[in-house]
This record gives sequence, C-alpha cells and structure tokens, in this order.
Amino acid sequence: MSDNNNKITQAMHDSGLPRRDFLKYSATAAAIAGAFSLGLPLHGWAEEATPKAGGVLRMGLAGGSTTDSRDPGSWSDTFTFVGFSAVYNTLSEISVDGTAIPELAERWESSPDARIWTFTLRQGVTFHNGKTLDAGDVVASIQHHLGDKSTSAAKTVLGDVAKVQAQGNDAVVFVLHSGNADFAYVVADYHLVIMPAKDGGADWQAGVGTGGYRLKGFEPGVRMDLERSPDYWKAGRAHFASAELLAIADGAARVNALVTGQVDVINKVDLKTVALLKRNPNLVIEETKGAQHYTFPMLTDSQQFQDNNIRLALKHAINRETLLASVLYGYGQIGNDHPIQPGSRFINSALEQRGYDPDKARFYLRQAGVDSLKVRLQASDAAYTGAVDASVLFKEQARQAGIDIDVVREPADGFFSNVWMKQPFTTSFWYSSLTADRMFSIGYAKGAAWNETHWDNARFNQLLNAARGEMNAPLRQEMYNEMQALCRDEGGAIVPLFASSVAARSKRVAHGGLTAPYGELDGLRLIERWWQA
Amino acid sequence: MNSLCKLLLQRLALGLLSLFAVSVIIFLAVGMLPGDVAQAMLGQAATPETVAAFRAQLGLDLPPLTRFGHWAWQLLHGDLGLSLANQRPIAELIGARLGNTFTLALLAALVSVPAALLLGMLAALYRNSWFDRLLNTSALSAVSFPEFFVAYILILVFAVKLNWLPSISNLAPGASFAEVLERSLLPVLTLSLVVIAQMMRMTRAALINLLASPYIEMARLKGISQARIIFHHALPNALAPIINVVALNLAYLVVGVVVVEVVFVYPGLGQLLVDSVAKRDIPVVQACSLIFAATYILLNTTADVLSIASNPRLMHPKG
Repeated sequence: MSDNNNKITQAMHDSGLPRRDFLKYSATAAAIAGAFSLGLPLHGWAEEATPKAGGVLRMGLAGGSTTDSRDPGSWSDTFTFVGFSAVYNTLSEISVDGTAIPELAERWESSPDARIWTFTLRQGVTFHNGKTLDAGDVVASIQHHLGDKSTSAAKTVLGDVAKVQAQGNDAVVFVLHSGNADFAYVVADYHLVIMPAKDGGADWQAGVGTGGYRLKGFEPGVRMDLERSPDYWKAGRAHFASAELLAIADGAARVNALVTGQVDVINKVDLKTVALLKRNPNLVIEETKGAQHYTFPMLTDSQQFQDNNIRLALKHAINRETLLASVLYGYGQIGNDHPIQPGSRFINSALEQRGYDPDKARFYLRQAGVDSLKVRLQASDAAYTGAVDASVLFKEQARQAGIDIDVVREPADGFFSNVWMKQPFTTSFWYSSLTADRMFSIGYAKGAAWNETHWDNARFNQLLNAARGEMNAPLRQEMYNEMQALCRDEGGAIVPLFASSVAARSKRVAHGGLTAPYGELDGLRLIERWWQA
Repeated sequence: MNSLCKLLLQRLALGLLSLFAVSVIIFLAVGMLPGDVAQAMLGQAATPETVAAFRAQLGLDLPPLTRFGHWAWQLLHGDLGLSLANQRPIAELIGARLGNTFTLALLAALVSVPAALLLGMLAALYRNSWFDRLLNTSALSAVSFPEFFVAYILILVFAVKLNWLPSISNLAPGASFAEVLERSLLPVLTLSLVVIAQMMRMTRAALINLLASPYIEMARLKGISQARIIFHHALPNALAPIINVVALNLAYLVVGVVVVEVVFVYPGLGQLLVDSVAKRDIPVVQACSLIFAATYILLNTTADVLSIASNPRLMHPKG
C-alpha cells in the first residue's frame, strides 16, 4: 500500500498535478480513514455458498435521476438497468462466463448466412398481471424500439433488424439487413426487455414483466421498491423476499450508507477510498474488469491528425502504466489502442502491447516531417472522473517526446454535443459492449454515428462486414485479429485504459463466488442472483 | 387596519408580477444554456435523427414564444404540464418532494427559531460575559463552515462513530412520523446550525440597543423584574428587525438546501431542480422556480405585514 502510495505521489510529482489538489485529496482520504478506523463491531461473517431464501437487499446506487422513466428506451444508467433487470426478462441472458444463454427464448437457430434468426419461446411463462407470454408480446416489445419516430437508446443496437414477426404463438423471427453471427447476444441488451402487448404496442407504463420481482413502487431519482414474484418461472434465482434501490448521487453519501449499515451494496466506489474500505472487515470490494474504456480520440480527417505518423507519435508518447496507477488506482487494465479488452473472447493475444517510448514518438514525428508538435487537447470530466487529470499527466509524458499538449478544460455540460467529435483532440469513454462486432460497428465503422475519430479505413470496413456474417469461428477470429491490429496501428483513437467497475457489498449478502464479466453488479443482475448470507 | 389590507393586496399584486418576470427570465436563461433536453437526455448517444425525433415528439421544434405562451396558458388553467424528460405530470413529480422540503424546513424552523431567539436574549442579557463570547464564537464558526462540511462532521460523529442516527434520509413511503423524525434529524441539525447564527445575533443586537435606552433604565429603577423588562418592554420593540431576519432564513430553509439534500440523500425539491436544469427540462425548472419565488414573496410580505402590525406608529399613522 505504502509502495503504491509512493508511486502515486511520484506520478503526481512527475505530472505537475496541482499540489493543492493532491493535498486536498490526501486530506479527504485521511478524514475518511479516521472515520473508518473508528469502526463497527467486528463480526466474523462466514460466507455461505448455498443460497438462502428471504431477506431484503438494499442498494445505494449512483446513476439514478429524477428524469428516469419506466420506458425501456429511456434507460440510460445503472439505477434503471439494475432495477428493471429484476422486473423483466430478455430473450437471452449473459451468463457469468460471458456467453449468451436462453432466458425467455428456450432456444434459437439462424439461417446459414446468419440473416434470419428464429427464437422459440419458453412455455408457461406468465407476466405479473397473469397474462401468458406469447410471440405477440415479444414482437411488440422489440418494435417499441424500432421505427423512424423511435427515440429509444436501443435503436442503434437493433440497426440491423429489417423486420420482426411472430411465427405462431411460440416463436419470433428476426430478419436482418445483413448477417450477424452475434445476434443472440444483441437481444440480451438490457433495453430489450419483454413487456406485455396492449393495443398494438408494448405496455411499458404498467411496469409489468416476467421477472423475479414485481415493481411495488418507483419514484424516479429517489427509490424503487421490489417484492418477489411468488410464481417466478426461473429455478434457483430470486432469493431475496424484497429489494430496495436508493438513488444516492453523492459518492461520500454512498460510502457512509454502506459503512453505517443502511444499505448492503453500493456501486461506483470512489477509487480514492477503496483502500480504506478494504480495511473494514465487514465489507467486500467487488471489481468487475469490464470492457469500459477511456479514449483520446483524434479526428483522422482533421488537418492536424490526418498523417498517421502524428497519431502514432502520440500513441507512443503516453505512459499507460502511470495512468492506470494514478487515475484508476490500479483498478483497470492498460489498453493497446483498440477497443477489445484483455481477457475478452475476441482479443488478439498475439498483438504486441504498445509501451511508452518517447524516442519512437520522436521518430514518427520526423517521419511526419516535423521536429516538434503542438496540439490542443480539449478535456472534460464529462468523459470520466479524472479525464482532466489524465490529460495533464499525458501532457507531461508527451513533453519527453517533444510534443507540447495544451490541455483545455471544457465544461461537462454539453461536452458530448458541442466538443466531442467536433474538435480534433478530445477525451471520451465507452461502456461495455458485449461483442467485438458491436464495438467496432458503433465506434470505428465508416459513417457510424459515433465514429469518434471520423476514421475511414477500407480494409477495416470490409473485414467488419465480412466478419459479421461469418459463422466459422476461427475464420472470424482471424478477421477480428487483423481489425485490432488496424485500429492499433492506423486508427485515430488512443486507448490507454480499460476501467474496472468497482462496487462494494456488506458481508450480509453473498453470491456464488463468480460474477458476470460484463456490466457492473454481476451483469446488472445481482437482485436475482445474490442472496443473504 | 385598512391600510394593512391595502398594503397586503398591493404586495400580492406585485408578487404576481414578480412571478411572471421570474418565469420569463428562467425560460430565457435555460434557453441560453448549450444543448436542449433531447441532447441532454441522449448524451453521448445522441444521433442527429434520434435528436430530431425527440424534439418533434416534445414540440421543441416550435418557436420559443409559442412554447412559452402554451405553457403560460396551461398554467393559468392550473396545469403545470408534463415533464419533458419522462412525460410524468409535473404536479405529481413535485407533490411528494414539495411536502418533504416543507417538512424539512418546518422541522428546522421549529428547532432553530426558538433556539436563536432564546440564545439571542440570553446573549443580550449577559452581554460581554464569557457566555456571550462563547455563544457568538460558536455561532459564527458554525455559519462560516460550508454546509456540507458541517453535515459530514455530524455524520462522522452521530452516524459513523456513535451509530445513533442514519447517515442518509431514507424516507420510505408509509414511514411513520417517528421514523421521518429520526431520519431527518441530521439534516435538520445541519440546517439549524447554519441559520441560527444570523437570527441570534440580530436578536442580540436589537435587544442590546433597546436595553440601553432611557425607558428601560426607568423600568429597572422602578424595580421591575428582568423577565418582564425583556418580554414586556424590550422585545415588542425589537420585533421588526427580528421578524425580517427570521423570514429571510425561513425562505433560505426552503430554497437553499440543495447541498444538504445531496449529502443526506433527502428527496426534496432542490435535487429535482438541479436534475431538471442538467437535463434542460424547462417546464419542471419553471414550476420549481415559481414555487421558490412564491415562497420568497410570501415570506417577505408576511414579514413586512408583521413588522407593521408590531409597530403602533406604523399601524396608526397620524394624518
């Protein structure tokens, strides 16, 4: 710990992070350390591996807003994701090993070109209002997100879907514009919950689902109350008798609520205090090494960055290890300038990790015909907490390579509408994406709405299309390997860090020992997967 | 009495005018912020087509004057409209939170006003003693710290260390009054510490001023008891400035408690206002602002009326 602290102090020294800020953080940390050392009575809570029924699960979650609604198309943060994941089910579910397994669909098959997908529904599943699930409900629920007038957050996820129709009462057929071998993963998206059909549309207002818990009350931005549905169809799930979600926006308030025992689980633990929380014997830190990553996008069609040598110079001028230690306090993994996270089933493990190499950076600058470089980096903490600090660290590291980065702090308000993808060099982040195809399609394909570097690489785009419909797994992996190399060596984004989601739970609640690799809090499904100890 | 009624009506009419002005200013101010509700709701995920669909759905593509007119017309019919962000009726959105905010303000007022008046009187009576100095120093210290600091110190002591009180105000629906009281105690205490100082010092200053005047001297010479001098002779004449300060602080308890709400996760109106500004949800911002403005106007009017009522020279002007 002290070693780690020294490293951080050193890093801040090297980076010239304002000393006042550093002192401020240290003081806060000391105050909180004091708070914890005062301590609670020390009980030895033994973890039990077998689920126990009953009890209440109380969560204090960041990411709840008074503007939240019951409409699945509007869900945009953890609070609604987690709460409604307990109320509803999706066609497929992502298991703790990261693969898609049947949920409301009992099985699925696709045409050889992966263009037509047929999902056969599970029999005897009922909604909380007593209605039996049939194909009409699924079609209405999916169509809720489609169409020109849709404002759904899942509209782009379903961009491939040409039409969706019922086949009898028990099967649903999706016809795609082009083949997508990962489509079973697409329908596991937390927005694509199955609601009962009503008057030709999906009835989202009622809050009635097929999930393990009924919606008892929902006050946006304040709380959600759930109670176990007595006739849940899924065996071995939904152990708690009820669940209570509290929206707690303030990080210190979340930690206080957990430490004083008013909630059992919190998410987004302030990384500055994790080390202190770890000392509390009643608490467990839950780290999910996910696909969430931070980027510095450079617009490849801007005058400044159109030369790939300039982009490569900057990619070599950043010290990823230092950033990991000082911005994420070690809670994450370093990136290799492509968006596939280490440990993913899609990762190109043969690709060499790029390191901090100022000499090489200078070499690329000379290749570009310049001796030194001056660029403006428009940074904002809207991208992620610590984005401005990371930018300042980057500035100091790049100086060694003769690159002068002028860090401009932009207001968080409106950053993504007014600065990101409009200015040549900015800060950005990406949430988890279940599949390589989705990540590449939304962030790197030519013309994609969020192609944040305006990248247009013919070979990459060709591979992307070919891989999407390729059902031969080894062949597909080869294509993904090449695409990762292309991103790394020719792309416009510097991807220095993959950030873990860090949550904390009290030993009053337990889980099976392994949690899902995608999405925080056991793939957002802790309510139905965890139990009281 | 007639003059009082006239004043009251005048003030209320002026108040309505102020409310109108406030709503126009808020509408223009929120309009000047970068982005709109469609972009704010969709965030990083905003594609031009989705944003356009969103705007059309909410009628944001109409000219500002039309939107304002429509909103004002609805308001005159007693309809606050729907939230742009989640389509819920604003009256429903505000209802419970307004109750929470007023409960918190009321509880804080019940603690802080009597405490401030009593302490102010004691400080005036024993002025320049060690008691007076101690009171002044601690009151000024409490008011000088930022609210969140006071709040965190209270949490540290009463929630983390002693474990007597909850660190967050989890106001579950159907909670009993005792539960509400227990869960609101720390925020109430924080707010009280913040507002007591000003009221106490004003009471002290007003009383000291009076206690030095000749008629109090006369009363003392006549041998009237200390309590009677304070309550019967001094206090009524000191009421006007005290009432004004109390009204100002009460208004603050309703409109200025966002930070305390955040720290204690208290579901009040302030948090709703902040969220709505962040999401550019203009109708909700308008509704909250109107409530806040109305609170200010009503409390100030009440203070003026009471000051006049407590002063016979103003109540019965000659000629």
